[in-house]
Amino acid sequence: MTEWTILWEARETFINGLIGTLVLFVLSTLCAFVLGCLAVYRLEAGDRFSWVIRTLINLMRTLPFLILAYLLYYGLPQLGVRMDAWTAGFISLIIYHAAYFAEILRGSRLVMPAGLVEAALAHGFTPGRLFWRIILPQLVIKTRPLLGNQLIIALKDTAFLTIITVQELTAAANSAQSTYFIPTQAFVLVIILYWLISICLELALKWAGRFGAKRGFDYV
Amino acid sequence: MSDSNAALAVSIKRMSKSFGDIEVLRDIDLEVKKGEVVSVLGSSGSGKSTMLRCINWLEVPDRGSIHIAGERIGVNEAAGRKMNNKELATLRAKTGMVFQGFNLWPHLTVIQNVMEAPIYVKGMAKDQARAIAEQLLEKVGMSERKDAYPFTLSGGQKQRVAIARALAMSPEVILFDEPTSALDPERVGEVLQVMKNLSSEGYTMIVVTHEMEFARAVSDQVVFLEKGLIIEKSAPDKFFSNPETERVRKFLELSN
Repeated sequence: MTEWTILWEARETFINGLIGTLVLFVLSTLCAFVLGCLAVYRLEAGDRFSWVIRTLINLMRTLPFLILAYLLYYGLPQLGVRMDAWTAGFISLIIYHAAYFAEILRGSRLVMPAGLVEAALAHGFTPGRLFWRIILPQLVIKTRPLLGNQLIIALKDTAFLTIITVQELTAAANSAQSTYFIPTQAFVLVIILYWLISICLELALKWAGRFGAKRGFDYV
Repeated sequence: MSDSNAALAVSIKRMSKSFGDIEVLRDIDLEVKKGEVVSVLGSSGSGKSTMLRCINWLEVPDRGSIHIAGERIGVNEAAGRKMNNKELATLRAKTGMVFQGFNLWPHLTVIQNVMEAPIYVKGMAKDQARAIAEQLLEKVGMSERKDAYPFTLSGGQKQRVAIARALAMSPEVILFDEPTSALDPERVGEVLQVMKNLSSEGYTMIVVTHEMEFARAVSDQVVFLEKGLIIEKSAPDKFFSNPETERVRKFLELSN
């Protein structure tokens, strides 16, 4: 039996791992994006709570992702908050990448021409409608390459979660290599799988690029 | 609501505004009747744009009062407090504004720009908003480009779309902030023509402009600002042929 046929025998481990990674990635980036948008919306008020959000975003950006995952999974039980590996994994991915999404959008908000906002105010938009209908769509279209880049980083960050025992793709490779002693093949396989997901993201980004170009938005 | 103001589209009383130590507007009084066109002239920095932007509270005046169709903006008189965002938005929806820099929303097509406020501010049904938008784009001669995105339009075309966008809210008054100043000379005419048509249709308009011909031909009142003061306010015939002040005489000489 060659190493590659062993991999085939262990396919179920890899398929489950792939599904785990995809679920983690899709759900957590969706939630992170929504949370990031909400944070930027709240920043519009410019009050004390906005300042708190700003500080939280900055704190999150100074933290290595793995430390955050460790903190949630190993640190919190000490304070009496216990959660399973998946929950800790989801939460850490969501809040970590929400901070980055928020920072990307915030940067673009700072340089948005004031006139576009004034035009909406002059036509009777309330702050909420103004943000969700006029400001946010422009920010998202404008920052699409940065947001796409962040998605790829988030995808790769899911691999860290193997360390807090989340059964995703990297955990699958690890378990296959330690069971059958075929590290090279196991890891090459998951690299290919990560790569395939990234290619799908690249295609989506290309589409987003055309969507923006059609509206006259240059890359940031 | 104060009844004495009901026939007026806009009424400004003793309005003043400073930016830091610089007083940009002082004791401005202005009454604009429904259907009237008022041109606001003056050199750069005289406070024309600030005055216009105070009317819909894009700038907050320090003193004085502004009523739009009889309703005081910025202050909820019944409750004795400042207006909240929602009250302010409701009253702003009764004014239209056209900017020097067009400010069309770039992520929306021409027709979507016109439909956006009726749908999301007034809560109008999409079909109805579309029908109104199509009508207005026809009026400003932009029907053929209704599915284009703003970046593909010329300045004159953008401004005509911006006018349609303002009209879509059926405003009590339309505020024009130097609508032709960012246009090349060949495009100025097409925008002024649209504005002339509006005035003959009975729209109430306050126009900050440097277009003397337009002010003379279309206005019911001409207002001249100098260092934040209205130093002359008269009918266009009188203003252009027999001004009261030396300052206006000089201004007219230099602009001819």
